[in-house]
This record gives sequence, C-alpha cells and structure tokens, in this order.
Amino acid sequence: MSEPAVHRTVIIDESFRVHHLLDRESVLGPVMLSPLLIYLVALIGLPLVFVFIYAFSDATTGSDSFGFVGLQTFQTTLEDPVFRIALRNTVVFTVLAQLVVIVLATVLGFVLSADFRGKWFVRFLILLPWTTPVALSALAWLWMLDSLFSPFNWILGNLHVVDQGTPVAWLGQDSLAVGSVVALQAWRTLPLAAVILMAGLTSIPPELNEQAEVDGAGFWRRFFDITMPLLAPIMMVAILFGIVATFTDMAAVYILTRGGPGNATQVLGSWSFYTGIQGGSLAQGAAIGIFMFPVLLGVCILMLRRASQTEVV
Amino acid sequence: MVARRPGVVVSRWVVLLVFALVCAFPFGWATFTMFKADADLYTVGHVPFFYNSPPTFDHVRVLFTDTAFLTFVRNSLEIGVIVVAITLALSVPAAYAIARLTGQWGGRLAMMVFIFYLVPPTLLFLPLSRIVADLGLQDTIWALVLVYPTLTAPFSTWLLVGFFRSIPRDIEEQAMIDGYSRASAVVRTVLPLAVPGLFTVVIFTFAFTMNDFIYAVAFISSSDNMTVSAGVPVELIRGDVFFWQSLMAAAVLVAIPVALAYNFFLDRFVKGLALGGVKG
Repeated sequence: MSEPAVHRTVIIDESFRVHHLLDRESVLGPVMLSPLLIYLVALIGLPLVFVFIYAFSDATTGSDSFGFVGLQTFQTTLEDPVFRIALRNTVVFTVLAQLVVIVLATVLGFVLSADFRGKWFVRFLILLPWTTPVALSALAWLWMLDSLFSPFNWILGNLHVVDQGTPVAWLGQDSLAVGSVVALQAWRTLPLAAVILMAGLTSIPPELNEQAEVDGAGFWRRFFDITMPLLAPIMMVAILFGIVATFTDMAAVYILTRGGPGNATQVLGSWSFYTGIQGGSLAQGAAIGIFMFPVLLGVCILMLRRASQTEVV
Repeated sequence: MVARRPGVVVSRWVVLLVFALVCAFPFGWATFTMFKADADLYTVGHVPFFYNSPPTFDHVRVLFTDTAFLTFVRNSLEIGVIVVAITLALSVPAAYAIARLTGQWGGRLAMMVFIFYLVPPTLLFLPLSRIVADLGLQDTIWALVLVYPTLTAPFSTWLLVGFFRSIPRDIEEQAMIDGYSRASAVVRTVLPLAVPGLFTVVIFTFAFTMNDFIYAVAFISSSDNMTVSAGVPVELIRGDVFFWQSLMAAAVLVAIPVALAYNFFLDRFVKGLALGGVKG
C-alpha cells in the first residue's frame, strides 16, 4: 500500500504546477466548450446571418459584389407561382406524412416493444427506410414506381383495375406524384418515430397497466388513460424529428420527381436549390429558404419549452 | 399476461409482417432486380415477379468495374473517418463540460447546441457554398470534411451529454480525491465507461455523413470526389439512360451494411436519445 501513496504524491505535485489553472471548473468548462461553439458559430451561425443578407440583396453565384435591394427579392419570390406551390407542398407533405407517421408509429412501437423470437431480423427490415441514405432509397422508389415496369402496375393491370395498355404514371400525374412523395416521406421517417415510441413504451412501469387491469380497465381504456398521456412527451420528440426531416428535405423530391410533373411536387428545399445553385441566384434561393424559418423556430420553441418543463421535474 | 393469449400473438405477427413488408419492399424489389438480365427486365409482357431468364451477376460486376462506384465508396469512407475524428474532438470535451462543469447553465447550453442541429442544410448550403469557394475547396472532399461536422457535432454532443450524465459523478470525484487532476481523472475513469456511448456516436456520425445529399451535390462536380449518396443517383444516371440493375445493386450494397450497423447500436442510440431528450 505504501508504493501507490508515493506515486500519488508525485502526481499531486505535477498537477499543481501544470494543471493548476485547468483544475478550476470555471476555466476548464469554457476551454472544453469553446472549440465546438466557435465551429458552430462560424459554420452555422454566420452562414445563417448570410442567408438573411443574401435575401435582401441581388447576390448571384457568378460575382462577388452585390448590392442591397431591400424587400425586392422577397417581392419577386412571393410573386413566383412555383414558389407558392413549393410553400404549400412543403406544409402539406409534412403534415400529411407526419399524420400517417403518428398513427403507424404508435402501432409499430407497440408491437416492437414486446419480446419475440426473430425480433432482431424484423427490426433490421423495419429500420431500412430510416437507415438508408435518402438519395438511395428514393432511387429504389423511382424504380418501384417506374411507369412501364412497376410491379404495382403489373398487379393492377392483371387484376383489371386499370387498363393494361395504359399503365399508371405514378410520378407523371400531379395527384399521384404528390401521393408518392408523401408516401416516401412517411415511409422513411416512420422507423425512427416507432423506435423512439418503443423506448417510451418500455419505460412505462408495467405495474401501472397491471394494476389497472386488475381494477377492470380494458385495453382501450388503459391505452387512452395510461399509455397515451405517459407517451405524449416522447411522442412529441419523435414527431419533431419527423417534421424537421420532412420539412427541410430536398433529396427525396429531387430524385423521385425532380419537382415535377411541371412543378407540382416542388418543395422549398428543392426550389431553393434549383434557383440558388442551378439558376445561380443566391438572393432568390436564400429568400425561398427563409420561408422554412417560422416552422423551424416553432420547433425550437417547443423543444425549449419541453426542456424547461422537464428541468422543473 | 396479455401477450400470451394466442389471438394477440397472431395479430402481433400479422401487424409486424405487414410493417416489415412495407418497410423492406423497395429494397427487396431492388435486390430482386439487380440480378435480372436486360432482356428479362425490359420486356413489357414478362411477369416481373420471376426470373424469366437465369439471374446474372453481370450488372453487379459492371457496377464495380465500369463505374465510379468504388471511388464513391472510398470517398465516403475517407470523409466519414475524418469527420468522425473531428466530431469526437469537438463534441467529447464540450459534452463533458456541459454535463459536469457548467452547473445550471448545462441544460441551456445543451439546448443551444441542439438548436444548431435544427438549422437545416437546405438553408445553409448557399452561404456555405460561397465559403467553400472562397477557401478554394470546391470540388474537393475537403469541402465536405469542413461542413459535415455541422450535421454531426451538435447531435453527437447532445447524445454524449446524456451518456456522461448517466455516469455517477462519484467516480471521477473519487479519482480526483486520489490525487488525479480532473483531466486525467476523466481519461482514466469516465471515458472508459463512456465507450459504448462513444461507439454509438461514431456509428451515427458516420451514417449522417453518408446520408447527406445536398452538400455533396452543391459542392462537388467531378465523379472523382463524389460520395455514394450523391454519386450514385447523379453520376450513374446519364441523361435519361438508367442502368437499373447496377443502380439497384449500389443502393442495396450500401443500405444493408448501414442498417446492420444501426441495428447493432440501436438500443444505445435510443437510450441516448431518451437521456439527451429528457434532460434537455
């Protein structure tokens, strides 16, 4: 026992000399935090400010100089019919996809929270839409919905639901293309929501349900009076992730429909990309993107409120 | 209790099978497609659910020999490894500081970092493309190395705060009483206990970098520097000519290993989400 004691003394001496300053928590904390904060301010904070500066200017990708034009860029943006479609689509796609996800993820979370044989493999299959890079899964959907070789068309044709000579153009008709994009967004955000809800369900103490069952509460009674209220906070987290993923996405639309047919499935993210990068108008692209801001701000506020509530508890 | 009733068990399996089918179908269909011969695939009258002519490896081979797929894979791996290193270097100290050293400010700082995560690439790609151009990084993998930690570091920090908080304070306090400085106490006691959390962060950071599409498309223009996620759909589709079997092979060959990695680390990831999410 005497040897480690000697060893310790040496370390204390050394730490007094070398780590004296860093041992003070008021110094060490900021030192450890600053690299991350500096990076985030430089590559998220400042660029965000630039988005707003661009939106009030006439900046293009070609030249370095730009002048301020006030609200003119916003005026042009608001008058652009494609922008209006994109704005409406962004909201509609997000709301529809996340409504589907709320319902299906609750069911899926329920069945996944039980233990059963083969769970590992079933979970692997169910995770695929979330884990695969969205560009690649959109590509798989593009093939699955191909107008000539879609398996759905073959089935529908052979069931004589549709005429075999005129296959359904899943991505070529406005309403079907909208439906396809919503389905893709719901499909790819479902697994994460289900997994989060599954975690929420397993954290509910089983005694609560058992006691309620003893007291004579049926499945639905227990579901609505015990499970749902306890699940609500974590359900909100799941949905917020889904909203952010759907609302700000451009890859799904870019690959599945290229915003088409016409511009029927254009969303803010894709239209900002087409205008800002391919059209070369930084100002217009930024102004389009800024319309995502109110929703993102709302999500932030909900998150903050949730955090402050849980801190009290 | 309830689950032992046979009706419940059967209906659970039916529900699970339906979900598994819906979730996996596009990939199953892609796997089935990638082995089809051209003459079989592109004949309208053929029943699409059979191999009308024998399955062939030709298109998978073409993907590896005649396309830039392997270059994309190599770029994605290189970028992923470097970004993982940067992310850990930024987020491990920050998360530890938030969890232990900032007192009542901790919760607010964690939230602030998380709010950075909510600022989407679809909003940032325009100014970032200018910054990347000004630094002379456009069309290099370093452009992506520079910006990808914006996707990964806030989320990783958030996860790690939860993991660090779940480790009892006594452990490093005991080490500090024993005479270690805080830094060496952390390295000797906390980091070994946080290894599962660190592994989770590594896997998800890697997956996040693979998932990006918009930055890769906006900053990279040549095949040599493309990632898998942008290269496969953008570079392997020439005009309107789709090499469907090779494209599907690329999608499946990326999707399966990533999903396996996620599946291994899912429980820890969910635990981290709950820890980070509940405590803010």
